[in-house]
Amino acid sequence: MSTSKKYKRPESLQETKHLYCAGCGHGIIHRLVAEVIDELGVREKTIGIAPVGCAVFAYDYFNFDVTEAPHGRPPAVATGIKRVMPDHVVFTYQGDGDLAAIGTAEIIHAANRGENITVIFVNNTNYGMTGGQMAPTTLIAQKTATSPFGRSAANEGYPIKVCELLSSLEGTKFLARVAVDKPGNVLQAKKTLLKAFQNQLDKKGFSLVEVLSMCPVGWGMTPQAACKRIQEEVTKIFPLGVIKDLTV
Amino acid sequence: MEPAGKKKPIVIIDAERCKGCELCIVYCARKVLGKTKNINKAGYNPAVVADPDKCTACGFCYLMCPDNAIEIK
Amino acid sequence: MANKKTLMEGNIALCEGAIAAGCDAYFGYPITPQNDVTGHMSRRMIELKRVFLQAESEIAAINMVLGVAATGKRAMTSSSSPGVSLKQEGISYLAGCELPALIVNVQRGGPGLGNITGSQSDYFQAVKGGGHGDYRVITLASASVQEMYDMPQLAFELADKYRTPVMILADGYVGMMMEPITMPEKAPEVKTVKKDWALTGCAGRKPRKILSLYMSDGLLEAHNRKLNEKYSLIKKNEVRYEAVNTEGADIVIAAFGIAAKICKSVLQMAQKDGLKVGMIRPITLWPFPEQAFADIAKTAKKILVVEMNMGQMVEDVRLAVQGKIPVEFLGKPGGSIFSTEEIYEHIKKI
Repeated sequence: MSTSKKYKRPESLQETKHLYCAGCGHGIIHRLVAEVIDELGVREKTIGIAPVGCAVFAYDYFNFDVTEAPHGRPPAVATGIKRVMPDHVVFTYQGDGDLAAIGTAEIIHAANRGENITVIFVNNTNYGMTGGQMAPTTLIAQKTATSPFGRSAANEGYPIKVCELLSSLEGTKFLARVAVDKPGNVLQAKKTLLKAFQNQLDKKGFSLVEVLSMCPVGWGMTPQAACKRIQEEVTKIFPLGVIKDLTV
Repeated sequence: MEPAGKKKPIVIIDAERCKGCELCIVYCARKVLGKTKNINKAGYNPAVVADPDKCTACGFCYLMCPDNAIEIK
Repeated sequence: MANKKTLMEGNIALCEGAIAAGCDAYFGYPITPQNDVTGHMSRRMIELKRVFLQAESEIAAINMVLGVAATGKRAMTSSSSPGVSLKQEGISYLAGCELPALIVNVQRGGPGLGNITGSQSDYFQAVKGGGHGDYRVITLASASVQEMYDMPQLAFELADKYRTPVMILADGYVGMMMEPITMPEKAPEVKTVKKDWALTGCAGRKPRKILSLYMSDGLLEAHNRKLNEKYSLIKKNEVRYEAVNTEGADIVIAAFGIAAKICKSVLQMAQKDGLKVGMIRPITLWPFPEQAFADIAKTAKKILVVEMNMGQMVEDVRLAVQGKIPVEFLGKPGGSIFSTEEIYEHIKKI
């Protein structure tokens, strides 16, 4: 597996400036997806599905066909597209509110059917776009706009570990968790995304990559501190690595 | 990573794209990049190439930049 | 082309009509009284090597439709009333994204879980929006098994022509009754239009995007105005209705779907007794045949709106008639069905 040594905006990314906050991980993840699509040479047959959430404008950033989907429904929309265009590369790009809250049913059943799609699941432990509310992935004691005293297990339950949750489904073939908090992890994230897309080209079935991402504004800290938080707190609850791989 | 070799790497920062998050500065092992008091059109203080001679083209700044504001030639 | 006559159930005729109309993909979820649609499609679509999928929910089904529609292929879902309520979010997105698709509602009694017999109580939901936002859905009301077969073709053509979702508003009675229908020996060639907006991969062209989000100042207003222009065009061009014995009629019945089918027998009873009773049957519930009612108000003495609900279409009839003649209402709620006698008795009273 190769990673590019080309340090220049990939073709699959438009020149448009992102509207993301300073230090937001989405920009890095967008670039990685674009690099992977470039390297696989599939830009002209890729169809992306943008979520509702911070990445709602993804269709303005990616340089290939992209559709909008209602909140939480990208896996169903992707299912429709992939079923009628099986030779196209279809992926969803979803946040933790989109995928793990309102869209729980859609992701579980798309995974269980083993849809041959790639899912990019950005976990930044809160709802960024709407102003930093509690997400299903919010850590215990984490203060958010809607958990001002910190998330309590007694009131709001526990952070959902999506990869582990999906791993019991026979339809899932590749589940991995990566982070974009430091250069080494960014490189690892790219390798993992490359595999998740390659799986689709090889018709291996459902692949999901969970990406732990910084949300400095939502977390009320500097981008540097947000990276540190991923290393010291978030990865303790959401450990990095391959959770399931049935592709070999 | 490529070693500093025959060709001197050039780091280019697009000051108008930069949001001043400083992740490139934080992760630059050789302190090539630095802060400024300049303000771009969007109101951010963009990062600058402070000490270009030290650059080894490790790519860390590019990898960590969320805004595609960095290119290494 | 040679035709063949065959006895068929409404729900099955709907499937065969959709298949003949080139439906590429069907997504459904079990709910009575539309189950025969999902059941029949599960076999036929697979046999034809097209896409059939039983979705995990009504919401997923409509969003799978959205995905297929975004690629420019013909997609369809069907359900019954509570299920169609769940689909409304997706229908609003289809309208906002300007995606063509076919949604079928084989109505049952409501509100809530209601019951499982045929009803017409989703008229408001179908023609007045249903989901959020300022949009319209072309709504075709089928009154016979023959129409169940014929309407998908029209629905897909209108959907493609105007880039908009189209609904066939059927009901449990039309869906589950058996009638002889005529269908061509060989399905005619599917008429397709060029879709220079569809997501097919950006080979040899600029990337395309499908969206309904317009954040910048004035963009959403412009989008809504553009949609409204389209709706005005549809209102101008696509009104469809059937007029029976309306010339010289004293009383004109207004009824759609299964209620209209029952009223046709009532017209015969009236004719036998020498009463001048006619009927206007809206085939498109939206766009509503306003002009037909405005015109009939100039010659008829009274209009009787007959619906299997507690008064929904009657509001549109009254708007069209504008108080020129009395508009009376006879309703039957809760999934119960009219007898011809009770309608006829009511006519004799007025």
